[in-house]
Amino acid sequence: MLKLEARPQPSKAMSFASPLIALTLTVVVAALLFIVLGKDPLVGLGAFFVEPLRGVRQLTEVALKATPLILCALGLAVCYRSNVWNIGAEGQFLLGAITAGGLALWVTTSGIHASRWVWTPLILLAGVIGGMAWAAIVALLRDRFNASEILVSLMLVYVAQQLVNYLVFVPWKDPMGFNFPQTKTFDTSTWLEMLVPRSRLHIGFAITLALVGVFWAFLFRSWRGYQLQVGGLAPAAARYAGFSARGALWTSMLISGGMAGLAGAMEAAGPLRQLTPHVSTGYGFTAIIVCFVGRLHPVGIVFSGLLLSMFLIGGELGQSRLGLPNALTGVFQGLLLFLLLACDTLINYRVRWQATRHVPVAKPAAPVTTEATP
Amino acid sequence: MNEIALLIAATLASGTTLAMAGLGLLLNEKAGVLNLGAEGMMLVGALAGFGAAYASGNDWVAFAAGAAAGAVMAMVFGVLVIWLNTNQYATGLALTLFGGGLSAFVGVNFAGKTLSDRGGVGIPGLADVPFFGPALFRQHPMTYIAIALMFALGWFLYRSRSGLVLRGVGESPESAHALGYRVRWIRLGAVMAGGALCGIAGAYLSVVRAPLWVEGVTAGSGWIALALTTFATWRPARVLLGAYLFGGVTMLQFYLQGEGVEIASQLLAMLPYLSTIVVLALISRNPTWIRINMPASLGRPFHPGS
Repeated sequence: MLKLEARPQPSKAMSFASPLIALTLTVVVAALLFIVLGKDPLVGLGAFFVEPLRGVRQLTEVALKATPLILCALGLAVCYRSNVWNIGAEGQFLLGAITAGGLALWVTTSGIHASRWVWTPLILLAGVIGGMAWAAIVALLRDRFNASEILVSLMLVYVAQQLVNYLVFVPWKDPMGFNFPQTKTFDTSTWLEMLVPRSRLHIGFAITLALVGVFWAFLFRSWRGYQLQVGGLAPAAARYAGFSARGALWTSMLISGGMAGLAGAMEAAGPLRQLTPHVSTGYGFTAIIVCFVGRLHPVGIVFSGLLLSMFLIGGELGQSRLGLPNALTGVFQGLLLFLLLACDTLINYRVRWQATRHVPVAKPAAPVTTEATP
Repeated sequence: MNEIALLIAATLASGTTLAMAGLGLLLNEKAGVLNLGAEGMMLVGALAGFGAAYASGNDWVAFAAGAAAGAVMAMVFGVLVIWLNTNQYATGLALTLFGGGLSAFVGVNFAGKTLSDRGGVGIPGLADVPFFGPALFRQHPMTYIAIALMFALGWFLYRSRSGLVLRGVGESPESAHALGYRVRWIRLGAVMAGGALCGIAGAYLSVVRAPLWVEGVTAGSGWIALALTTFATWRPARVLLGAYLFGGVTMLQFYLQGEGVEIASQLLAMLPYLSTIVVLALISRNPTWIRINMPASLGRPFHPGS
């Protein structure tokens, strides 16, 4: 019988290997799924794992879609490490897109002229503030009313989506837009500068990579980051040390809200350049998977963000080339997280083969012999 | 007068979805397991139910398919959480994300398809009573099943021996284990029963309430049902009451739109979510009250022999 046996201490090697094992298993399941669907598994897997890496243009698209994923996941990593369960990055992302998009729209309609280098920082800042404000509602309700941050942050996603819908259907709708639910295209001065010419990859990707370093330093080299992590790992020890749990809640919520808001601002001023009801394609939820697959570590998150971005592009390619529904991406994402969580068991336990035990029949106790054995 | 009767009828019908899912989750949580995958189980149940109803034309086959789909999803979650000791929050989220993806993927075949409208069944003698007839006694059978389920669950949890054991497992798995109960299997049973009820709730939503298939048809009902168990401080009767309250809020939104109230429909659509947040905050405000009523080991893993 297979038996789980606790390891004396968590295996470091396994915590690196587990995402790779989970990914391998996901690929195997994916290949089987393609066969069941009557598609060539090599072509199918190629759409997900080879095509997105072929050529500069494809690579910039991978980096473009990875940007919001990495940003949201960086913030979420701080939350999850502090044992604060913010699952509403999607809503905070949308709010960032609303505030940043609102500012860009104001610039567009007011006709104030200024250079891109004036507007870009202001627009990104607006996004950060929007995301933080949305996350602050969650922190406030948790802090003052003890309301579950899981449920509140999730409910606010639906509220944020309806807010986006309202804005683009009613007050911000482009009067010249043939009644489509969308805003005007923003003025060129509000667009993000391109990082690679003739691509959609904007400077947001460079900012994101710089933030990865900032988050690494914050989590592993700062006093505040240390306090947060102790609070997450051992709440009792943190209380005894006098680290404030309320402080941890507010810090982590505001940081993750701000990051998600920044991602929303970059999406609005980067590839979209206008607001529509489909500002987000679920980046905030995918970021949760990115966060876990990246081991809640800023550097790991870069790799997992790129990987999950490939999944997103692979889904689109699968749709256009193989006629598979784009929703296949969602299946693979969920599967990856499931398998990862299962494989993570191997960090703390090892699998042992144990012969089925037969309970020995109790024998009468042997008479105690006093003479010494020869 | 007649309009109010119809509003009450719609409230009961709409609340039934939340009631079924909420009662299922209550059973889960009484055994000490928090399943954040409710939304995913409901979506997969909704799809399975819709597919079965589309193929067979029989609602009961649809509910059975929904229940089976929900239970299978819950089993995956249960094995991970109970035997492999994975984090309950993360695993539940994985279930929701996976369920959303799977239902969207398989559901592509049903996109835009509709079923015939399911009328209610009039209870002979009562259905024709003025006002009360149309308000209460012309519902789909599932409405009455949900009410019966509430009483059954109340009896099971607080009056039967097995219910006592189940609550014991949720309060103190160590003690239950020491008494020789098989904590893990009891928890798996509760999780799967909860999943089956969520699946039925989903199937009811897509087959009777909608009745059509669209991606993400549940629109957060699973999460509202999760919040319901907290509102109800883990009491079956209060879960039902809360479900009708939120069913009413959802229906109020359509009622106000029908009355031509000058509020944008998008803002009215926020109502169920905003009211969930407000009620959740009001109920959770008193931490002692929550602590007294919450199953003591809710969300905590149990390893026998450690």
